Parts: sequence; C-alpha cells; structure tokens
Amino acid sequence: MARRGGRSSDMDVSQTTGLILTILFTVLSVAFLYPIFLVLLNSFKSKLYISDQPFSFPSGETFVGMSNYVDGIAKTDFMSAAVNSVFITVFSVILIILVTSMTAWWITRVKCLFSTLTYFVFVFAMIVPFQMVMFTLSKVADMLHLSNPVGIILVYIGFGAGQAVFMFAGFVKSIPISLEEAAMLDGCTPIQTFFLVVFPVLKPTTITVAILQAMWIWNDYLLPYLVLNSDYKTIPIAVQYLKGGYGSIDMGAMMGMLVLAIVPIVVFYLSCQKYIIRGVAAGAVKG
Amino acid sequence: MQKAYKKYFPIFVLPTLLAFVMFFLVPFILGIVLSFCKFTTVTNAHFIGLENYAKAFSNKDFLNALWFTTKFTVVSVIFVNVIAFAFAYALTRGIKGTSIFRTVFFMPNLIGGIVLGYIWQLMINAVLAHWNVTITSDPKYGFWGLIILMNWQMIGYMMIIYIAGIQNIPLELIEAAKIDGASKAQALFNITIPMVMSSITICIFLTLTNSFKLFDQNLALTAGAPARKTSMLALDIYTTFYNRNGWEGVGQAKAVIFFLIVGLISLTQLYFTRNKEVES
Repeated sequence: MARRGGRSSDMDVSQTTGLILTILFTVLSVAFLYPIFLVLLNSFKSKLYISDQPFSFPSGETFVGMSNYVDGIAKTDFMSAAVNSVFITVFSVILIILVTSMTAWWITRVKCLFSTLTYFVFVFAMIVPFQMVMFTLSKVADMLHLSNPVGIILVYIGFGAGQAVFMFAGFVKSIPISLEEAAMLDGCTPIQTFFLVVFPVLKPTTITVAILQAMWIWNDYLLPYLVLNSDYKTIPIAVQYLKGGYGSIDMGAMMGMLVLAIVPIVVFYLSCQKYIIRGVAAGAVKG
Repeated sequence: MQKAYKKYFPIFVLPTLLAFVMFFLVPFILGIVLSFCKFTTVTNAHFIGLENYAKAFSNKDFLNALWFTTKFTVVSVIFVNVIAFAFAYALTRGIKGTSIFRTVFFMPNLIGGIVLGYIWQLMINAVLAHWNVTITSDPKYGFWGLIILMNWQMIGYMMIIYIAGIQNIPLELIEAAKIDGASKAQALFNITIPMVMSSITICIFLTLTNSFKLFDQNLALTAGAPARKTSMLALDIYTTFYNRNGWEGVGQAKAVIFFLIVGLISLTQLYFTRNKEVES
C-alpha cells in the first residue's frame, strides 16, 4: 500500500505540476503539525502568558523551563497514570488476542446452532455505542469489585470481544481445514492443533487486532473513568483531571501533560508505522 | 473432528463468553429494562412505562443535541471525504515526498480524543484571542472548532483507505482511456471515482459513525459550552446521567434512542455493502 512514488509513468504528473504539488503538500504538512508544535512551545511558558501571547516563543520572563511539567506531574499523579495505562493496555491486548482467537476458531469450526448464534451476538455487539451500557456496565463492575487496573482488563475482554472475534473468524474461514486434520491425525489435541498450527497462521490478523485494540484501550477515556475507582487514573483521565470544577484549567500544566501524552504515541507510530497503517486500513475494510 | 473439538468448549469459548455476557450482554439487557424504569441505582428501579422516553423527546437539550449532532455529522462527512480523496488522488501521482506526507497526515488519528480536544482548544483560542473571544463565546465557534478537529483527525485515515482503493485500479483501464484520448478530468470522473466506489462507501460510513458517536473530543474542546449549545448526543446522555439527579432513567432512554439511530446507520451500511458484493 505504501509503495513509494507512483506505480506508472502514465499516471504521473508533469515535473512542474509535481513540484507545485510537493510545495503545496509541504505547506499542508507544516500546517498539520503546527498545533502540536504550538503545544510544545507553550509547555515551556508561564501559564500567565499562554492565553495572552500563545504564538510567541518562550523567552525571558515567559520562559519557565520544566516547571509546567513538574507541576502537572505532581497535580495529576501522571507517572502512576502512565504505569496504569501501560499495564492495562498491554495485558488487555494480550488476553483479548489469546481468548478471542481461540473462541473465533472454535465457533467457526464447530457448526451448530449455538456457534452461529454466538457469532451473531458478537457481531451485534460491535454496533452498540458505549453510552448504551455505560451506566449498567460500571455498576456491574463495581458490584463484582473490579474497579481496579486488574479488574478493568476483564471488562475490556468482554467489551472488546465483539470486534476481535469478528476479525479472527473472518480469517479462520479462509484457512484450509486440511492442515488441522493432518495435525489431529498425527495425534495433536485440539489445544496443540490450535497453538502449533492455527495460531501462527493467524499472524496478520493478530497484528491488526492488536493495533486496533491497543489504540482503543490506550486512548479510551470514558470506560476507565466510570469503571475505575478514583484512586486510579489512566493518561486520558489524568489529562482531563486538570480541568477542575467550574471549568478552570491550569493551562501550563495542561500543555506539559499534553506533550507527555503525545510523545509515546509518536514514538510508537514512527517505529511501527508500516504495521499501524496496514492494520488500521485492514480493520476499516473488515470492520 | 467436530466431536473432538466440541468437548473443548470450556477452554476455547467459555472465558470470552463469560466476560462478554458479564460486561456486554447483561449491561445491555439491563440498560433496555432500565429505560422503562425510575431508578438511581440498579437495585431500586421500578417500572414506569414510557415516561422516560416522553421526557427525553420533550427535553430541549436532547433535541438541540440531536440537531447539533446531525448538522455536525453531515458537514464533517462531506469535508473529510472530499479533502481525503483529493489528498489520496494527489499522493498517488508519484510526486516527491509522498511517503513523508502520508506519515504526517495519518499521525493525528492515533492521538486520543481528550488530548486532541485540548490541543485544538489551545490552537483555536490562540486564534480567537485576536478578536477577544474564546471558543465558548458562541456555539458557532464550537461547531466549526469540532469540524476542524474532526478533519484533522480523520483525513489521514480516510486518505489511506482511498489510496489503497486507487492503487487497486487495473492499470490497463487508465492506459486504455489514455489511448482513447480521455482527458485527466474524464479519467478521474469516468474511471477512478467509479472504480473506488467501495472505498467511498467504507469511508462515508466510517466518518458517519465516528462523527455521530463523538464524545471525548466534544468533552475536551467545549464540554457543551456555552449553555449546552455545543453538546452532541453522547455528551448530552452523559450529562443527563451524571449531572442531573433523578434523571438516570431519562438518560438511559436517551441512550436507547441513540443506540437505535446508530443501529439504523449500521444496517444501512450493511445493505449498501451487500449490494456492492452482489454487483461485483
């Protein structure tokens, strides 16, 4: 998909048009990145100057060094929020992949009314917006004493199952059954067959599901905000926490926390860009 | 072999199914039941029929949110898709820097809604400060602010899908058109656009559902201010639930209505994609 350049000369534009387009898109790219740059710029300015002189460079009396970062980290307990975010995202994604790939394989291979019905309920879950279940879901989680970073992983498995099962099942349907039959004849149990033969073949879908679920869980605000009790924050909750009552925001601390929230995403994106773009595109087409 | 698989049900299916039943199915069914009840917690609910729905439909904030969401969705679907297609078209012509441009345009899509909302709050207030107003001074600033934010977030994502669609067009088609003396514009409207119709369907529905269900960005950018005039449906449901005592039932009824609208959009999508599959 991301092959460099065009693929044929007949679709290419003339050199002058190409140059004009390159210049136009360079300007557009700078404009696209500008809001992030502006946040970075203001993260080094005293909060008194952020709304007054948002576009000026920090200098002299407006420059405050790292104090917005120090302030913000202390106010929001950002470090423990970051640890929670990493913990919840990593373990939810690993467990979602493990259990939903197994489920998808079973309901695709075992043909009965129950498996068909289960499949359709999973697909149905994909179209239900979170607001529909937010109140009852958070009450159920609370009753089961799951309002902590470990408990919320179970909630994510249940709520993320629909899309993951759907995508894995779509792929399992395209795998020839003869491979599994051969393994079974060689004496493999269904568990060995799945992990030794099927799971390695699922790899492209596994990557896609992992990326989609990770992006969702990492950025999710409302579900963890309602499910976790107030001792625990994730990064989006920590950012939103800076907006105090009556709508007042400490803009200095906010700028620092926005930068800290963006940096890991940009690093992750630039290091596995190929997989992310491919995964997201595949997810869109199938979802 | 089916038989051998069947007795492994507890290992393969049960963990997922249990989590799914507890954290999706039960809350979902409970949610529908509660929409016909008056309650403050799940345990003290009592049946009151359609009263919550009547209240929801006569609630000014809800109707305003419905109208605001619809307007927002229509405008953002048009803008995002036209711009994303134009970008995709230009970036499949083999110009210099193509891969860098794609990387840049896609990046905002990975940033979460809350963070995006505050980035644009800074940006928009910085510009509006020139006229001594802020984003919450007038609902129209909030509206266009959300549109700009949505474009910034979604253009790169849709562009990637359009690029994949354009690159799947068989080269012979374009070559044949060239030999027949078709102009660039003719090739675009008679070959490229009809050939990427399935990408267009996908992108329109993706932007449609994402715009309609928008919550985090709305909460961070304006939180509905001024006077709940820029509240979208998801935010209005949230406010009804958690900021208004005794209105939990109405909030749940609003959520059911919201779900039915989103469901209707998804069914329409299914109908369109199925039709396409039959044609091809």
